[in-house]
Amino acid sequence: MIVTRSSGSASKKIRVRMNLAELQRKLIATARANVPGDRVPYAFEKRVMALLASRVAPENLDLWVRGLWRAAVSCVAVALLCGAWAFLTPTITTSSTDLSQDFENTLLASVNQGDQTP
Amino acid sequence: MERTEAELIAAVLKGDSASFEPLVQKYSPRVFATARRYARRESEVEDIAQEVWLKAFEKLNGFRGEAPFEHWLMRMTVRTCYDFLRGHQRNRESSFSDLTEPENDWLDRFVTAPETAAENVEAARLLIGRVLERLSPPARLVITLLEIEDRSVKEISKLTGWSVPLVKVRAFRARAEMRKILAKMAKDKYL
Repeated sequence: MIVTRSSGSASKKIRVRMNLAELQRKLIATARANVPGDRVPYAFEKRVMALLASRVAPENLDLWVRGLWRAAVSCVAVALLCGAWAFLTPTITTSSTDLSQDFENTLLASVNQGDQTP
Repeated sequence: MERTEAELIAAVLKGDSASFEPLVQKYSPRVFATARRYARRESEVEDIAQEVWLKAFEKLNGFRGEAPFEHWLMRMTVRTCYDFLRGHQRNRESSFSDLTEPENDWLDRFVTAPETAAENVEAARLLIGRVLERLSPPARLVITLLEIEDRSVKEISKLTGWSVPLVKVRAFRARAEMRKILAKMAKDKYL
C-alpha cells in the first residue's frame, strides 16, 4: 500500500496496487446483493388520492378561466377588426346629409309627417 | 367481485377517480423499490413515488393497454427517477476524504487481500452508494439498470426511451466514469 507521496505517475501506482476492475466488480456485486426494500409508508395511497382530489378541483376552475380568457380575447379581436374596418373603408358620401342626419330623419319621420298634415 | 386492471383504468378515464386507488395500492411497492435505487432519503423516495402517481393519473389516457399497465408505470417511474437525478446533482465533485472507519478498513482489506474483502457488508454498501452518487445522471441510470438490475440493453432502451445505440454508448461511458471515480477514491485515500 502506498502511504507516502513518491515520484512517478500516481494513478499508475494506484492501478498497480489497487485492482480497480476488481474493486468495481466487488462493489457492483454488493449493490446487486443489496435489493432495496419495497415498503410503502402508511396510508400512502390515501395521500395520493387526496392530492389528486385537491388537484382536480383547481383544474376544473382552470378550464373555466382558460375558456373565459379565450372568449375575451376573441371579443377584443372582433372589436378591433370592426373598428379597423369602420375606419379604413371609404365613406360613401351622400349629397348633403351624413348618417346621423339620416338616422334622425328616419326616427322622427312620423313626427314630421304629423306636423306637416293640417 | 374484484375489478380487473382494465376495468379500473376504464373507470378512471370515465371520471371515477376513486378507481385509481386500487392501482396505487397494488403497484406502490414496485415504485418505492425502484425509487430507493436512486434516492437515499426516505422523503425523496416518497416525493418520487408521489410524482410518479400524479403523472400516471394525468397521462392515463395515453395508456393504450397494448402492454401491461405495470410496464407502462415502470417506464414512468424510471423516467421520473432520471429527472430526479438530473435535478439533484449533489456531491459530485467532492473528495473521498470523509470515508468512515469501516469504509477505510474495507478498502485497506481490499488492497492487501482483495479476496478477504466481503461483498455483502455495510461498509461496501456505503462505498458503492458514494460512488453511485458521484456518477452523472445518465451514467448512474445505466449502471443501475444494466449492471445492478441486470437488464438487457433492449429493456433499458424501452424503459428510458433512449435508442439501443445510445444505451450502448452511455453504458461504455458510464463504466469509464465509474472507473475514474474509483481511481479518484483510491488517490484521495492513499496519496
